[in-house]
Amino acid sequence: MSQSKFILITGRTTKQGTTIHVGKESPEFVEETSTVEMNEADMKRKNLQDGDLILVKSEYGRAILKCKKSDIPEGLIFLAYGLPVSSLIGTDTQSIGMPDSKGLEVEIEKYGENK
Amino acid sequence: MEKISDVTCLFCGVTCDDLEVFVEGDTIKEVKNACILGKATFMNHKADVAIPRIKGKETSIEACIEASAEILSQSHFPLIYGLASTECNAQRKAIELADLIGASIDTTSSVCHSPSLQAIQTVGDSTCTLGEIKNRADLLVFWGCNPAEAHPRHFTRYSVTPKGYFVPRGKKDRQVILVDVRKTPSAKAADQFIQIRPGSDYEVLTAMRALLKGEELEVEEVGGVPISTLKSLLEKLKTCKFGSIHWGMGLTMSRGKHMNVMALLLLARDLNRFTKVVASPMRGHGNVVGIATVLTWQTGYPFAVNLSRGFPQYNPGEFSSVDLLARREADAALIIAADAFANFPRAAAEHLSRIPTIAIDAKESMTTKIATVVIPTAQAGISAPGLAYRMDHIPIPVKKVVDSPYPSDQEVLKRIIEKVRSKLQNRV
Repeated sequence: MSQSKFILITGRTTKQGTTIHVGKESPEFVEETSTVEMNEADMKRKNLQDGDLILVKSEYGRAILKCKKSDIPEGLIFLAYGLPVSSLIGTDTQSIGMPDSKGLEVEIEKYGENK
Repeated sequence: MEKISDVTCLFCGVTCDDLEVFVEGDTIKEVKNACILGKATFMNHKADVAIPRIKGKETSIEACIEASAEILSQSHFPLIYGLASTECNAQRKAIELADLIGASIDTTSSVCHSPSLQAIQTVGDSTCTLGEIKNRADLLVFWGCNPAEAHPRHFTRYSVTPKGYFVPRGKKDRQVILVDVRKTPSAKAADQFIQIRPGSDYEVLTAMRALLKGEELEVEEVGGVPISTLKSLLEKLKTCKFGSIHWGMGLTMSRGKHMNVMALLLLARDLNRFTKVVASPMRGHGNVVGIATVLTWQTGYPFAVNLSRGFPQYNPGEFSSVDLLARREADAALIIAADAFANFPRAAAEHLSRIPTIAIDAKESMTTKIATVVIPTAQAGISAPGLAYRMDHIPIPVKKVVDSPYPSDQEVLKRIIEKVRSKLQNRV
């Protein structure tokens, strides 16, 4: 896999689960569901700092998101369920109803620096 | 301040029924015994409450019900979707409405544990209640799930720490193993964390079945896990007194999906040649098990049911919402107690904004933002009582703790049904 390609893992987080009740347009919920967790070595390779903006592209869509360091394994990124996740996944369910919501291959580019 | 005891939380599938809620008038002041997610559910009950409106213009509930009945009675292929964050009486009404208008009815399971449902339909399951797990399980395996963040009290009420009849020392009498692609916060509760490569669950589980049958594998690792680690895990599973395997959306949403779950269920079945092993899905959101249960006893099927021909037809891929919307087949949608627009892949969700969409929800959501008609309701479990099913299919009564200015989901659906019935009769 090239250095710009990553596997996207989506899921719940405690903050996503609590701020969802404040409102889906609340700054807290939007922040949590628009921040990608990345491995420190991957961030270094991509010249990224905590809070930098990245463009995440899949075969089905794209999203501009923030990145932050976490202990996720190299080559993987994590994003909490929310609108950005839905913009990256496709509609093919292999005829069982469930889209490929985890394990999707995505590309990452630096989009802007933390201000 | 009034104290209400034994309150049930409808947020996740653990369906805790021991909450103490303190209310003053129509406001919740304090919640005890709830996890962080449950507390947020109750304490924010007045945040972002939906407003009744048609095409963005605020109006009365009655006008919204009339407009909804008109849309649904005119539709040739309506979709009814959602129903996780409500209680069973409302779910029954939604099915009655689907039958009346010949709709496809689908639930949030569709994009959650529907692969688990399909796997269970194919190979069956070896299962039990959470009470049995609490009292008997001395080995717990959590595979592709993160209870610490998705089902916080599962560990403390039923699986990891509680003292049980045959495990009197609680955590000291149990071993906990977490299998996942990343070290989630749940790993803190585990004695062992096994990291597997994303998308390799089927291979790993199938390799374990082969090893269990005495086959030797001519590889050093499967899915990034050394064969010696898999053998050691199998030995623990074979020699425990009562093993309980729990899986989450790490299996259902990853490559293989229902095949991953089938492999896990078959491994659990095979292990029963050696000892007692059960396997159960970490279900949620809310009362999603309730809608699967109610839909199954009413139509025979747990999700993706079409009633257009006057009898239930079940076909995931054909009648499941994402597929049906991606093919732009539905010409109207009724979304109840769920946020389809936020949770579906964008290309499927966008069809909801092309067709007349009705959103019945206590709270504003991405779906209410694009809906033609928005009908706010009393939130089930907070302002509407009823029944919910826990993740292990145990029915639990749901209380009302504060009043809402709005009717319940059940009441709104009942009134829509009456109006639709009258419109259909007048048309004949």
